[in-house]
Amino acid sequence: MHMADALVSPAVGGTMWAVAAGAIGYSSAQLKRGNDQRRVPLMGVLGAFVFAAQMINVAIPGTGSSGHLGGGLLLAVLLGPHGALLAISSVLIVQALLFADGGLLALGGNIVNMGIIPAYLIYPFCYRPLAGPAPTASRRSAAIMIAALVALQSGALAVVLQTTLSGISALPFATFALLMQPIHLAIGLLEGVVTAAVLTLVSTARPELLALQPSPSPAGLPLRRLLVGFFAATVVIGGLGSLAASDRPDGLEWAIRQVAGSAELANPQHGLHQVMATVQERLALLPDYGLRQTTAQQSAAGPSDERWGTSLAGLVGGGITVLFLSLGALLLGRGRGNP
Amino acid sequence: MSSGAIFGSLLELRQLDLLASGDSVIHRLDTRVKLLAAFGFILTVVSFDRYELSGLLPFFFVPLAVCATAGLPVWLVVRKALLVLPFALLIGAANPLLDQTVQLQLGTVGISGGWFSFTSIVLRALLTAAAAILLVAVSGVPAVCEALARLGVPQPLVIQLLFMYRYLFVLAEEAVHASRSRSLRSFGRRGMGPGPFAAMIAHLLLRSWERAERIHQAMLARGFTGQFLPSRRCRFGLPELTVLLLFVGGCLLLRLVNLPQLVGAAALGLFQGVV
Amino acid sequence: MNHPIVAADQLCFSYPDGTVALRSVSFRIRPGESVAIIGANGAGKSTLLQQLNGSLTPTTGQVRIGDVPVAPATPQEVRRSVGMVFQQPDDQLFMPTVYDDVAFGPLNLGMKGADLEQRVCLALDAVSARHLAAKPPYRLSAGEKKRVAIATVLAMDPTVLVMDEPTAGLDPYGRREIMQLLSTFDHTRIISSHDLDMVAQVCSRVVLLHEGEIRADGAPGEILTDTALLADCRLEPPLSLQACCVCGR
Repeated sequence: MHMADALVSPAVGGTMWAVAAGAIGYSSAQLKRGNDQRRVPLMGVLGAFVFAAQMINVAIPGTGSSGHLGGGLLLAVLLGPHGALLAISSVLIVQALLFADGGLLALGGNIVNMGIIPAYLIYPFCYRPLAGPAPTASRRSAAIMIAALVALQSGALAVVLQTTLSGISALPFATFALLMQPIHLAIGLLEGVVTAAVLTLVSTARPELLALQPSPSPAGLPLRRLLVGFFAATVVIGGLGSLAASDRPDGLEWAIRQVAGSAELANPQHGLHQVMATVQERLALLPDYGLRQTTAQQSAAGPSDERWGTSLAGLVGGGITVLFLSLGALLLGRGRGNP
Repeated sequence: MSSGAIFGSLLELRQLDLLASGDSVIHRLDTRVKLLAAFGFILTVVSFDRYELSGLLPFFFVPLAVCATAGLPVWLVVRKALLVLPFALLIGAANPLLDQTVQLQLGTVGISGGWFSFTSIVLRALLTAAAAILLVAVSGVPAVCEALARLGVPQPLVIQLLFMYRYLFVLAEEAVHASRSRSLRSFGRRGMGPGPFAAMIAHLLLRSWERAERIHQAMLARGFTGQFLPSRRCRFGLPELTVLLLFVGGCLLLRLVNLPQLVGAAALGLFQGVV
Repeated sequence: MNHPIVAADQLCFSYPDGTVALRSVSFRIRPGESVAIIGANGAGKSTLLQQLNGSLTPTTGQVRIGDVPVAPATPQEVRRSVGMVFQQPDDQLFMPTVYDDVAFGPLNLGMKGADLEQRVCLALDAVSARHLAAKPPYRLSAGEKKRVAIATVLAMDPTVLVMDEPTAGLDPYGRREIMQLLSTFDHTRIISSHDLDMVAQVCSRVVLLHEGEIRADGAPGEILTDTALLADCRLEPPLSLQACCVCGR
């Protein structure tokens, strides 16, 4: 479920960063206030544990494919929401820096989808109410299963939303959602089963590990603050972003233009396009959304015709640049002595 | 990932850290400068519009120059940057299918916008990945974390990053041992189902928890009271600021002025002049 | 100087799950002594060591360091004077670099600047690890890790050094390095170990634990040659004191 930088526009990426930063600041402050000294090594070690666990393939029975443990929900149960958010964030940050598992721009979004959603939304609002104050093993397992399914679906939906709003990938909302949600149903099942099993095993060996964390009461939850922060950030960054952005409309602008009504052009009659058009029309929430994207782009690209006129020059110049780059790389590689 | 592959990627991780202990002008720079420069680089690259290709190309000179100045092996950086390709290809693959409107006509061949945006996605992914890799290769993860702390990132998160990174290798090694011993006893049946996996990581979890308790005892034994105190001094003065501004300024310049296009136009002009 | 620096009086300890680990353990250790705590696995060695710096609190009985009783109310003083080196150095080296790890203790004691630098360098020099200062812990060999772990404790300037299995897992050269190091210290040393050959060379007194009780407390020459006693406690004499495998003497 990691998003890559390529998917995310600066506006959306920046907004997600703001949300993630706000949440991390909040959880840091909460942890400092609590001053539970044990948590420092515990969060660090459990973060490393989740990192290591994520590297191992789990075969999904019956499908022949494999998946990985996410760990957000597990950490939330063991560390509480604040500790879990920091732990998951640290895992994602190191993954982004070192393994190119998603990019640095998309990091904010990844922290939101895989950290904030399980720790601050699903754990207090879904798992805790279902599990109750002192759950039996079976009740806890059932609550985990449901929570995991909801968490993965919400996360997947968030990815689709963020990608579509970014407008970089030409995949229409409905198609993307149709791809993501069923896959993440299977992943959610896996996550739920594994998390529940681990918690059961751990509670048998050392029940005191699962002593319930004090849950932030819904009234004191940062949800309201998060939402306010989100909207404020969107307005500021979106405004700044559109000032600096090119004249290509981004997904949001495009949607607004659609609602306002712009001239519709006929679809190109290519086979694949036609098939996808029919599929989308049957299933899409906004039937016009996917189709019109390309054609609207054409109309939007109209005023910048001169860009395409000079793009031949761009191609030639680009070729020359690549030539120089290759030369440089070759010389560098030769100079260092190849391993 | 098989246990061999896990170990493999861990060793590569160590390779990056090893590179960070080198000595060059770039290595000696305050990590905050490098962090902010990488940030600026990524932001600039990402701000291009979806069809932009030629404007992105000059940015590839930056990783090249950094490798040259800092004495880093280009092949390693390239290899790690290429790891991002599968994601980019997957995401961008739909674009040529969905965006068929021809944007550029080359004689009888029409190149659709979809191909432009697909290639742009790939290039951008490579550049941003390279930026992150180089940042770590010239600074090391601990230095980056400390730079973050000095730039205002909350201390709990920085400490979390440092601790997690410290015990990453230890725990990954334990995970490898556990999964290896398990696969040795499973006689060729491929893949680990959720049940055995859960048992294995529950075991790992308990050991991790006990390790954390021992670490906590060690910290208390050396007088830990909850606060981490800085032990080193760092310089961020005028020279550092100048370097940063020059770099970011250069990136902005490349963003606003499409160098390859100018070069290409000049070349075409020359060609036409000759002909 | 007969005043004991470490004194245990009728020490008893049981774990939360009911396991009795120590039964009425009493001893007196004088300053500068080098004492080995030996015994089979599960005899209570690690548990006893953890009573000495306050990591565990006795169920009944008392431990005194100098004149200060080890109690939950006096952690700082105890921590300062008793330096504990763990069996697993990874548990003790948790900072990004060796320098940071060695500086951690003195920093928490309030040292800064040039004083701090000097303390760290002294500690690293004492274990011949100055050249490792900038390295991250995961890049050290097992022997180097042990030495650095000792340095982190030395930097606190303790009066008593407590060490849990210092030579475990080391190659012969690393083991020899540690043994030489231990011989050079003039701190009071309390060492728990299975390595009876090391004990024979390094320690001047041996305390034999069996099932939580002290079975013997005296000179290594007496206890380590008493084959029957050792066998009763699931131990053997050190190889250097056993019959020669070539000629049988």
